[in-house]
Amino acid sequence: MSAQFQADAHFRYVLRLADANLVLAQRLGELIGHAPALEEDLALGNVALDLLGQARLLLTHAGALEGQDRDEDMLAFLREQREFLNATLVEQPNGDFAHVIVRQFLFDAWQLEIYTRLGASADPQLAAIAAKGVKEARYHLRFSSGWVVRLGDGTGESRARAQQALEALWPHTVELFDADDIDRAMLAQGVGVDLGAVQAAWNRHIDTTLAEATLTRPADRPWRWYGKRGQHGEHLGRLLAEMQYMQRTYPGAAW
Amino acid sequence: MDSEALERRFQARIDADERIEPKDWMPDSYRRTLIRQMAQHAHSEIVGMLPEGNWITRAPTLKRKAILMAKVQDEGGHGAYLYGATETLGVTRDALIEELLAGAAKYSSIFNYPTPTWADIGAIGWLVDGAAIMNQIPLCRCSFGPYARAMVRICKEESFHQRQGYDIMLQLSRGTDAQRRMAQEALDRWWWPSLMMFGPPDADSKHSAQSMRWKIKRFSNDELRERFIEFTVPQAQYLGLTVPQGEIDWSEFRDVLDGHGPCNRERLAARRRAHEQGLWVRDAATAYASRQAARKMQAAS
Repeated sequence: MSAQFQADAHFRYVLRLADANLVLAQRLGELIGHAPALEEDLALGNVALDLLGQARLLLTHAGALEGQDRDEDMLAFLREQREFLNATLVEQPNGDFAHVIVRQFLFDAWQLEIYTRLGASADPQLAAIAAKGVKEARYHLRFSSGWVVRLGDGTGESRARAQQALEALWPHTVELFDADDIDRAMLAQGVGVDLGAVQAAWNRHIDTTLAEATLTRPADRPWRWYGKRGQHGEHLGRLLAEMQYMQRTYPGAAW
Repeated sequence: MDSEALERRFQARIDADERIEPKDWMPDSYRRTLIRQMAQHAHSEIVGMLPEGNWITRAPTLKRKAILMAKVQDEGGHGAYLYGATETLGVTRDALIEELLAGAAKYSSIFNYPTPTWADIGAIGWLVDGAAIMNQIPLCRCSFGPYARAMVRICKEESFHQRQGYDIMLQLSRGTDAQRRMAQEALDRWWWPSLMMFGPPDADSKHSAQSMRWKIKRFSNDELRERFIEFTVPQAQYLGLTVPQGEIDWSEFRDVLDGHGPCNRERLAARRRAHEQGLWVRDAATAYASRQAARKMQAAS
């Protein structure tokens, strides 16, 4: 593999992680002031702030790897939809609180296992970001899995809503574990992580929590839609239109 | 001791600058006044999350987005803290929130104004938080202990917010023509409502005299308003912005207070929607908690 491919793969690998954090922080940001109770408003806001903080570190790092003088804001606000490399899971609309929580739970368990392994990455900057992020991810997972259990083992309505959210979001988890050339190249270099091992650990989190929540793990279905390769559905475009509005309307202005 | 003697002793404690604590005897009217004022303050924090939350998803840089998210979070935290302090007076947060949602409780009218541009986020921090600090610093010495202590903590964060707001305005004032225009228009929008935050002129202020005697209030509305103007006008000059000239239109103040401001309906509707849509979630949490308690009982027996 060429050096050019390696450098580009490294940039994209970090960008995938950055964009997942950024897009989910943006979704959670829509909820601030509108959550079901004040405590949940504060908790979801905290999660959003953590994810935004991680996104900023990762975007800055990606910009440095790319070497084209793009800072965090240029990467966040001046890229097109197809250049965003987040998994489609995080761009799904908030929907009801069950969707918000289940999306968070599926994501948190994945991120915790990714960060745990990235702590030993050959990329020292990425390892440092992961070491900081792993503490946050552990707290986020405690929050989201706690709510999955309460919703699943709560009332008939909450259980039905949680199961429905699980069915709707499940297909978007396929790409989280489906290694492609970039994942394989980064694993070979010791920069990235083994997605097979991540999946095994993720399965344990999911199965334990779903059992406690009395929810049913959805059947795996074929799914060939890869946000991490820039293939997005119809939701991300609108999210970006809103997020990028100021930078697009006032090009070159400083804020 | 008869109630007159109790009241005399209560007033003597206040005159001696002693703090009143929740378990101490206090006149019913003192309790009611504090519940009204503290609940209004808590509601204002919660409703105040909405106009600023309006810009979280559109903040122009990631740094500004993070600062704004943290600020709106702080307001939610202040709300929680103030509801808690109010509960020490024998009311529940749920009951206070029901009053807010029923439209029976007031919150600061300033949050019934819209935030159409990013500059409004700067202006709110600079002017609205600036005015809030003027109002709240004296409350750090309020006679009621839990309120005074809450205010000490809240004022620290508010002054941080005020600086962040001014920093947004500073950046705009050094920017492009469009940015300077945005900043001026935001100042024009928020100037009068900010001055109204200090309440009606002293001559028309119905709660003031008794609150002064109880040391819930330490300065009159007009005194604080003047101090705010003195403080703020030079800041506007430094930004190269023009402070609107003229007189406060008190009929606008009364209209907004009576529910006829630009966003009164939206603000209350947003709070009600969140509350109603959250009902099944809160029910689930309650059902789960009682099931867990029953399981623990069963395990213990």
